[in-house]
Amino acid sequence: MTQISQLPGAPLLEVSHVMKNYDGTRPALDDISFSIGKGEFVAVIGPSGAGKSTLLRCINRMIDVSDGEVRFEGVSVSQLNRRDLKKVRSKIGMIFQHYNLVERLTVIENVLHGRLGSKSTLSGALGRYSRDEKRQAMELISMLGLAEHVYQRCDRLSGGQKQRVGIARALVQDPKVILCDEPIASLDPNASKVIMEQLKRFSNEMHISLIVNLHQVDVALRYSDRILGVNKGRIVFDGRPSELSPERIAEIYGTELSAPRVRYAS
Amino acid sequence: MPADIFAKRRNDRLLFFGALAALTAGSIFITNYDPVAGFTSIGKAFVWGASNFYPNARALTKLPDIALKLRDTILMSVAATTVAAIFALMLAMVGSRTTRINAVFGAIARAIASVLRNIPLVAWAMILMLAFSQSQLTGFLALFFGSLGFLTRAFIETIDEVSIHAVEALQATGASHTSIILQAVLPSSLPQMISWLLFMIDTNIRDATLVGLLTGTGVGFSFDVYYKSFHFHEASLVVLMIVITIICIEMMSNYIRRIIL
Ligand SMILES: Nc1ncnc2c1ncn2[C@@H]1O[C@H](COP(=O)(O)OP(=O)(O)O)[C@@H](O)[C@H]1O
Ligand SMILES: [Mg+2]
Repeated sequence: MTQISQLPGAPLLEVSHVMKNYDGTRPALDDISFSIGKGEFVAVIGPSGAGKSTLLRCINRMIDVSDGEVRFEGVSVSQLNRRDLKKVRSKIGMIFQHYNLVERLTVIENVLHGRLGSKSTLSGALGRYSRDEKRQAMELISMLGLAEHVYQRCDRLSGGQKQRVGIARALVQDPKVILCDEPIASLDPNASKVIMEQLKRFSNEMHISLIVNLHQVDVALRYSDRILGVNKGRIVFDGRPSELSPERIAEIYGTELSAPRVRYAS
Repeated sequence: MPADIFAKRRNDRLLFFGALAALTAGSIFITNYDPVAGFTSIGKAFVWGASNFYPNARALTKLPDIALKLRDTILMSVAATTVAAIFALMLAMVGSRTTRINAVFGAIARAIASVLRNIPLVAWAMILMLAFSQSQLTGFLALFFGSLGFLTRAFIETIDEVSIHAVEALQATGASHTSIILQAVLPSSLPQMISWLLFMIDTNIRDATLVGLLTGTGVGFSFDVYYKSFHFHEASLVVLMIVITIICIEMMSNYIRRIIL
């Protein structure tokens, strides 16, 4: 295992010796350690069931770790009480394979949901947003090319458009990190390309770190600064895309016949 | 091996139909029911109905009385259902895996719903008659408890089905529990819940007629009185009005459903 430090700042996120046991048979995460700096674009690859989703959800404590520690901006996430945990979560965006929008609500309403973590319980519950918040949401919606859909219900949008709403909802949080769980797994190649390019662009321009679970190795190679290969709950590769040789890919995916063929980025 | 499976299937089927036949024969024997006479009497019933069971001019003079009773029955059903829906919504929030705060309370809420739902309406009416005798309140409460169990279950399933993903997303942004319920859970599940509510009102108006027979209230009681005093024309008018009402209510709720869903 290669442990490299190409961090453009102090570690924003530190995962150390994290274990996750769902039911006591085989651990879903087995002694995971890595750290991530500001603005890094990290792809997490591995066969399905390797523990990628679990890993992502341990970072914002949607799932409690069984052992080990996650530190975000130097604060141990597992020690936090409810209120402080919400504060940490408000700085961590999350994007999902199935978009996880309130489909019956409009684009702007869904995007503004990203502000709920930073509001008082009352104004959040009543859905009262400040003029600034609305303006910021509108700007992001335009930047993502959804200007003409602002007041459209999300169940009328295509998959790619829904995912862009998901990205806007994460960005409006003004996050330090965005966790993306298979953001393009339900999209066609064209929509996938748009989504990956927008993620890359925001990561660069706004210095947001990204952790992106992917099952397409070629996408990981093309967009990421760094790749984590996960197999059976363990990190078996941690390095730059250029270091990911076919042998290492075979190692990450085991001897499975289902290991994806790699198309190197042209 | 496959041949054995086929043989086993055939034997299982034979055994099942054998048992069913024995059960049917046993029941007929014990109750002295004569199936031949039972079926032939259907024809006679039609002849009798056609000659007696239709509203005549005298029956029509009772129309205002019956309409008043029918209105009572409808209003009581609507009231019982909507009040039940409010309580069901609260119980569902506690019982749903998506919105519950505490697993133990969640299990208790679901257990309450399950018990309420598994007591048939007529049993509710009988139990409640012991406490409140024959009254409007008995009918109201019988419909209320039956609806509460059913609606809680339906609401829990609705919440879990339509809002679980959005709830996960909002939890990840650090939103408070109240915000999540008001901004994600209710907007996603309210139309489906209203649809269940309309279905329940529909069902309850039908059932209220039957409960009225037991509790001596509403339009069910009118039917009982006319029928037992051999006022068949009036009784038939009651039936006709109930049928028309149910068709109207069903059309109305279908229309509302088309708009909101
Ligand atoms: N809620 C859960 N309860 C029990 N086991 C789970 C749960 N979620 C995931 N697992 C198990 O943990 C392992 C890792 O799953 P997951 O993190 O979803 O992998 P991936 O995202 O890489 O496909 C799998 O073996 C899976 O069956
Ligand atoms: Mg996964």
